Amino acid sequence: MNDYELYDKNSQAIIYGSQINAVQRMLDFDYLCGRKTPSVAAIVNPARESLVKVFFSLHEIMVPEYKTLQKAAAEHPTAHVLINFSSFRSAYASSKEALETDSIRVVVIVAEGIPERDTRKLIALAKKKGKTIIGPATVGGIKAGAFKIGNTAGKTDNIIASKLLRPGSVGVVSKSGGLSNELYNIVALNADGINEGVAIGGDRWPGSDYLDHLLRYEKNPDIRFMVALGEIGGRDEYVIIDAIKKGLITKPLIMWVTGTCATMFTTSVQFGHAGAASGAEEESAQAKNEALKEAGVIVPESFDTFGEKVRETYQRLKSEGRIQETELPAAPKFPIPLTEALSNGLVRKPTNFTCTISDDRGDEPIYAGFKISEILEKGWGIGDIISLLWFRRRLPEFATKFFELVLVVSADHGPAVSGAHNAIVAARAGKDMVSALASGLLTIGPRFGGAINDAAVYFKDAKDRGLSPKEFINEMKDKGINIPGIGHRVKSVQNPDKRVEILSDYAKKNFPTTAYLDYAREVEKLTTEKRNNLILNVDGCIAVVFLDLLASSGIFSDSEAREIVNLGYLNGFFMVARCIGMIGHIMDQYRMKKGLYRHPWDDILYDVKRME
Amino acid sequence: MAQRGIREAEAKQLILDHIDFPLVHDMVLVRPHSDISALAKDYPFLSGQLVAKPDVLVGKRGKHNLVLLNKNFQECLEWIEKKRSAPVRVGPVKGDLTHFLIEPFIPHDQEFYLAIQAERDGDVIYVSDQGGIHVEEKWDQVKEIRVPVDQFLREEEVLAVLDQPLLARFAAALHKVFADLDFVYLEINPIVIVNERIHMLDLVAKLDDTAAFRNREKWGGVVFPSPFGTVLTAEERYINELDSKTGASLKLKILNPEGRIWTMVAGGGASVVYADTIVDLGYGSELANYGEYSGDPNQELTYEYAKTVLDLMTRKKGKPKILIIGGGIANFTDVAKTFTGIIMALKDYREKLIENRATIYVRRGGPNYKEGLEKMEETGKVLGVPVHVYGPETHMTKIISLALGGKSQ
Repeated sequence: MNDYELYDKNSQAIIYGSQINAVQRMLDFDYLCGRKTPSVAAIVNPARESLVKVFFSLHEIMVPEYKTLQKAAAEHPTAHVLINFSSFRSAYASSKEALETDSIRVVVIVAEGIPERDTRKLIALAKKKGKTIIGPATVGGIKAGAFKIGNTAGKTDNIIASKLLRPGSVGVVSKSGGLSNELYNIVALNADGINEGVAIGGDRWPGSDYLDHLLRYEKNPDIRFMVALGEIGGRDEYVIIDAIKKGLITKPLIMWVTGTCATMFTTSVQFGHAGAASGAEEESAQAKNEALKEAGVIVPESFDTFGEKVRETYQRLKSEGRIQETELPAAPKFPIPLTEALSNGLVRKPTNFTCTISDDRGDEPIYAGFKISEILEKGWGIGDIISLLWFRRRLPEFATKFFELVLVVSADHGPAVSGAHNAIVAARAGKDMVSALASGLLTIGPRFGGAINDAAVYFKDAKDRGLSPKEFINEMKDKGINIPGIGHRVKSVQNPDKRVEILSDYAKKNFPTTAYLDYAREVEKLTTEKRNNLILNVDGCIAVVFLDLLASSGIFSDSEAREIVNLGYLNGFFMVARCIGMIGHIMDQYRMKKGLYRHPWDDILYDVKRME
Repeated sequence: MAQRGIREAEAKQLILDHIDFPLVHDMVLVRPHSDISALAKDYPFLSGQLVAKPDVLVGKRGKHNLVLLNKNFQECLEWIEKKRSAPVRVGPVKGDLTHFLIEPFIPHDQEFYLAIQAERDGDVIYVSDQGGIHVEEKWDQVKEIRVPVDQFLREEEVLAVLDQPLLARFAAALHKVFADLDFVYLEINPIVIVNERIHMLDLVAKLDDTAAFRNREKWGGVVFPSPFGTVLTAEERYINELDSKTGASLKLKILNPEGRIWTMVAGGGASVVYADTIVDLGYGSELANYGEYSGDPNQELTYEYAKTVLDLMTRKKGKPKILIIGGGIANFTDVAKTFTGIIMALKDYREKLIENRATIYVRRGGPNYKEGLEKMEETGKVLGVPVHVYGPETHMTKIISLALGGKSQ
């Protein structure tokens, strides 16, 4: 690399900040201008260390992401440009670290609003270390056909239109990042395009200023003339004039200072850039344009004729044989990124997932057509939420209240049942809450908790086929299956289960019809004749009342009702309810700091035969 | 976000609160519409001879006859009441004198000058024993000391140019405050020594407001007043308010509400260039506003911004109106997206735009500009408002001459 260049076709950058779009834009430029190596070597992201997938040409590559600049620089010692995307709060510290890193020679600072004292300290440090800062408050710069900083020059269509894929013969420097892109376009429309362009940034103290870059362009034999855009405020233009007078700048320079409209304002106005405010007369745009003209700089009458001046100068140098026209390379075919093609309606893509119950894409989540705020306004409870998310519709109050009743009566059944027991054992083994809860939940199945759904399946089938209670009992007996939902270990006719009473009273009082409950009671009459503990238990009661809910609400067709039962909705109620109880048991164990549980030997029959 | 002037009273208070140097300083800031006579019981010094002056951001008060010297409290009170009752012209600017500073009158023989200015390579300390209102005429007597940005001023450095030990000690202590509180400009003129004590008589200060995030505690509730003579319209205030609540940038300055050329330009740099070109082509008197939006404002903000401009533009029927929706070639802003808010506002103002015979010229480039321009053109057709759109193939400011029929490339 020549001493007048900050970067070339082989240069690589480290990106500070997780700016994947900017990285992708740099790599797209690399592909378009035929770079062999990607211009981004690594990313520094204090939050994470990983590999980031990006496209280089038509294929994906992995760019390593490190937590510290130190590590990124150590792993990629040839990457000598640091593009710093960190915020105005933290840009000072990271830029300082970059300047102190031996392998980094150019630091680009994107953030706007860095305190001036911090910037001035960075400038002093860069000077001491002999390094270059571009920015703060800049989009960066670009070396045509070689290296593009971050988001400079926008997307591929603009890059191609602005002739940035191979070096032209113009060097550009401006403050504004937005206008730098405009200048590259003006140079492309009126000449053979830029060789290099830098936006030094709109702050009062840019890390490198106009003259730093103009002097580099002066030394670069491929640059035949220069274009600069100045700004009201500051004295940079007089520094350039001094350099011209001293003979340090000899190439033609076209320059215009913006802010001539300031005369329209009676009080001092702060324009868009921090540095752009004029107090002294000699810092006015008019005075600076006049002074530049006097020093031999080509100054248009207004920004409107900037392009004309570029064209005239280009034509003149060409006719003098100082510029050879180079051919524009054909840009390789560039595929449209999928997201862009989608948003512009150029392609369609089948979806892989379908969701019919909720939508999180708007301002607030929607449950089955109702906004969360509406649900809260109406004071709906957990029963209503279950009706929306499980049944995709609003069910009448007698139904939603029944759901809540089921959750209440099923929430817990003491520490001795399999699920709670397993949850407790896992919690005591030091497992986290989700593991302990999963351990309990995984116990739910055909023997524990599964009886509810089975009861619904069998009772529904029997009643719907018109079997009499007697026929049903006999059929089950023939199959050798105990009727699910019938029978209790301790409760009996004389010692009824309170929960069953609550549930069936509720159904009797609130449901339009209770045909399944009545049918089950008939079955119970027959079974309790055989043994007094073969009562309708709580599982069976929930099952048949649920069947009544489906049948009597008038909302579900028979086939829907069958589907709901077969899909195992009732198990869902049991699981949700039991989660509450199990979490209670888990936290209970944590609170008491109970240690590892070991089952006592004396509770185990060891029947292991000794081998001879 | 830049260097901002603060009131003399607040600047002096910041110095008193943070300087490591024995200072005694009596003062009271008279706020707008306050009862001045009520101050006497809280500030005993008001019973002596006093100095009164407006504490607004206006320079060279001495030269503009805005300093009342060596008067008693009653005289100060009357003078302030008179000065604050009507707008005052200072140079080319007319404005209200809202705040006043009253301090004890300190008789003195010699006036010194002490100033600190932030420069690129460091801070420059200016010191002179020829202070006072004529310091500029005697600028050759002012000594300069350059202090690198990572260092502090040393007493010896001051002593080397001016044999005043007390002032040297004060200057060194002051520079620490300057650096520590992110001052960028501080001028005390005159600064005097009476009975071995330093007195800051007149002071001008600027802070770097980008450093606000780390100075909340040190700065306390310091406010940044608008420059003297700035009267914000309700609309300008509204846009300022929107601007302060977002990371994006929104700016509006009304130059001539009767003007027929209205601008709404994307980008801090481009907005200035558009206003320039209108002025340079000789239409400065017709330019109604300076306006800018940038930093990727969301749809709601651009909508509010555009509505404000359209409302101002269509208030008074007269000559046909021209709206310039300009901008350079964006680097990464999605042009189509930023146009949606503007289009919403155009739809709201359809009838008023037609009534005012408005023509709209749009020029923009950058990501998705084609889609954005198409939408704009389509909106014009639907609304029945003439909308002309141009992309990067057209020189950025050419729409101005196209709109005004002036000179063009």
